[in-house]
Amino acid sequence: MATEVVNPQAIVMADFKGKVDPDWCPGCGDFGVLAAVQKALVELQIPKHEVATISGIGCSSNFPGFIDTYGMHTLHGRSLPVATGMKMANHAMTVLVTGGDGDGFGIGCGHFVHATRRNVDLLYLVMDNQIYGLTTGQTSPTSRIGMKTKSMPFGNIESPLNPISLALAAGATFVARGFSAEQKHLTELIKQGIEHKGFSFIDVFSPCVTYNHDNTFQWFRPRVKKLEDNPEYDSSDWGAAMEKSLMWGDEIPIGKFFERTDLPSLHAAEPVLKKGPLVQQDCRIPPDIAKSFIDELM
Amino acid sequence: MRQSFSVGIGGAAGQGVATPGDIFAKIFSRRGLHLNAYNAYQSIIRGGHTFLTVRTGPDKIATTDGRLDLLVPLNQDTMDRHMRLLSAGSACLYNADLIKPGNPADGVQLCPIPVSKLADISRNKVAQNTLAIGAGLSMMGVGFPALESVLEEQFRKKEKAVVDENISLARSGYDYATQNFKPFAWPLPMTDDRYAVLSGNAAMAMGGAAAGVKFYTAYPMSPSTGVLHWMADHARKAEIMVRQVEDEIGVINMAIGAAHAGVRAMCATSGGGFALMSEGLGLSAQAEIPIVVIDCQRAGPSTGVPTKTEQGDLWQMLGAAFGDYPRVIAAPLDIADCFKLIPEIFNVADRFQCPGIVLCDLLLAEGRLSVDPKDLDFHPVIDRGELITSNGSGEHEAYKRYKITDSGVSPRVIPGVPGHTHTVSSDEHDEDGVLISDEYTNSVKRRAMMEKRMRKMEGIAASIPPPQLLGPANADVTLIGWGSTYGVIDEACELLREAGISVNHLPIRWLVPLHGDAILELLRGARHTIIVENNYSGQFARYLRSETSFVPNGNIRKYDGEPFLPHHIVEAVKEQLAGKTNLSVPAHEIMV
Repeated sequence: MATEVVNPQAIVMADFKGKVDPDWCPGCGDFGVLAAVQKALVELQIPKHEVATISGIGCSSNFPGFIDTYGMHTLHGRSLPVATGMKMANHAMTVLVTGGDGDGFGIGCGHFVHATRRNVDLLYLVMDNQIYGLTTGQTSPTSRIGMKTKSMPFGNIESPLNPISLALAAGATFVARGFSAEQKHLTELIKQGIEHKGFSFIDVFSPCVTYNHDNTFQWFRPRVKKLEDNPEYDSSDWGAAMEKSLMWGDEIPIGKFFERTDLPSLHAAEPVLKKGPLVQQDCRIPPDIAKSFIDELM
Repeated sequence: MRQSFSVGIGGAAGQGVATPGDIFAKIFSRRGLHLNAYNAYQSIIRGGHTFLTVRTGPDKIATTDGRLDLLVPLNQDTMDRHMRLLSAGSACLYNADLIKPGNPADGVQLCPIPVSKLADISRNKVAQNTLAIGAGLSMMGVGFPALESVLEEQFRKKEKAVVDENISLARSGYDYATQNFKPFAWPLPMTDDRYAVLSGNAAMAMGGAAAGVKFYTAYPMSPSTGVLHWMADHARKAEIMVRQVEDEIGVINMAIGAAHAGVRAMCATSGGGFALMSEGLGLSAQAEIPIVVIDCQRAGPSTGVPTKTEQGDLWQMLGAAFGDYPRVIAAPLDIADCFKLIPEIFNVADRFQCPGIVLCDLLLAEGRLSVDPKDLDFHPVIDRGELITSNGSGEHEAYKRYKITDSGVSPRVIPGVPGHTHTVSSDEHDEDGVLISDEYTNSVKRRAMMEKRMRKMEGIAASIPPPQLLGPANADVTLIGWGSTYGVIDEACELLREAGISVNHLPIRWLVPLHGDAILELLRGARHTIIVENNYSGQFARYLRSETSFVPNGNIRKYDGEPFLPHHIVEAVKEQLAGKTNLSVPAHEIMV
């Protein structure tokens, strides 16, 4: 169905400029993520009409409105099932899913685990700021113990969830962590995530400058260490990735933790899609097949 | 009274009640007879009590009627529970080794089968079932070859020795009955017609396939799971992508994603799963992405009675999800209609870009009906509405996904088409899909967008047919029902007419939008109106009153988990006409 007259010119940053400018707070980490996604799409020369950007609800979930692609702004926590349906019905599209830690690891955590194990071929980018921003500053599933928020004014007493370990345990075939302030590095991860044929997960430190006074740009900057700087690190080693994922403190690894390419993605494993994208297939049941369905009942 | 013959087969779950039921159904339909089957069961895999009734006859059979001609109890419990349903002329076939008959009514023929003498029971655990099928068919006057061919098909995947053993066993039962038992006074007739026998779940799944559904998602939930099973079994031949999802929230959202990509997407569940889908239903309406959701109602609330029927979800459907939004709700009238309704509601949902809800129930979903194969039309009208699938020459106006139009419908582009990128949104948005809810909430735009969406209801109302009164225009009694009560009310009307009471029937199929004015017009001359529904509070009666101010003279309700039988309605109408009550709640006499 996608067709005919295509822009012959090279794809540039301006192509992906959204209809409105982001309304994030000045200095928000999400600006850096948006720019990195746009850069990655330009570097990969993917036309905007072949990209679907799908989000849930939250500050970072306003992302699809700020980039010009086929966007979907769905329900809180439900971006992954919507994106899975979209990808299954038209696997020719490049599907990006964007959201926050509350959306993905709180209300949507069940879907995160299942989309991961299904190995849906999409890139899931979580702008992780360890806080609920749009609801004005409550504890999130990644808030550290002791962090004081409006919902836990005397300090959080619940352990934070570890998105990298969780993704690895759930069977993700591409797991990475980025930092909004490390633009080039993040752009590179996004490109790899888009090109990976399967479920790609990137947890991005995207500091909230308004409500999270603990995990700030200044806090992250000296701590983050790129896995790519360590020539010994082997991202095909799941055990090593799991071990690295547990590191948190003076040194916090960023970069590609893990990738495997030997498992088929969901659409590649589905026989019905062998003929091509579902949306391009004939929806009528051929008469001989219809007759066989009725004959079974006679 | 319609001439009919009913067989009841009962036993514990796991004793093999379903197979004899399927075999009888196949033989009846191949004789050109109509049939209806209803299975009363519990949420248990082994044990408990399962009671399957198959009613057949040369005229249309739309319901079981509680009367039995032949009882086949596979255990003592079934004998004890149901012997009292037998009356003069009926018979009971049972295993003489294991089951004691109790005290039958006068004229009931007891037919003990010496199972251990006729079969090697150490080898064949269900020998009693096969013997009883053979014996029963002999007494009905059905020739043995009909059974032989059905058994061959039934066991075709097994080795020849198994097939031969079963045929020889059935033959022994058949011959034993011919020699020892009296045949029924009414041998089963034969016609030249041939019927397909199917459940409502299979019918809805096939209706979906016929409607062009390419994407089906579900989470298993009784009594809707049969839709998933049909879809999964036939997915490859029908080229439908079928996915079992982690929960019903994922189910509806996945369907919405696929629908947005441009395919027809459907999902089915029961009340509890539907509750989880509610928010997604609002997304479908707000983002204007059409989907069809089937709710197979079971007795609620909460987990309720998972294996029993009820029409108790109407108000859940009316109020599902917050806010005002356009929706379409229809209830199929019978199992054939389960098929026919799906393409119809998809056309409405697609044309008006809103969610469509099919309000079915366990009675239809899991019941079986003989359907003329011509009524299973796999080439229905498919109207996808205003879809943009190509950018043509590349020249077009700036695309506005939510363009304000007189009809409220904005042409929908299939993602992937160049030059039409946009964002569909759960938040309120302007014509361009830009959110208005966050930065500058704009009351003028909000109002315009609400009115645009809600305007679609006028177009929907015009596109669906108003209900019709069945039977004489000038009747003493008008029975009003909705959805699955159609068949039982239809037969009750026939019985009432035979008893000298003139009656007509107003079945409601399209619930939202409701043709309130047309209904009032039809009821204007009615002398005595009674609403019949399978729930406690009269959900439809309350809805009709809220839409039209109409209040009926009486109500017949049932909420014990079992469906109405025709005589329940007949007796209730009589007591209401006699002025004894205006609310009848018939008691179910079959203990299951």
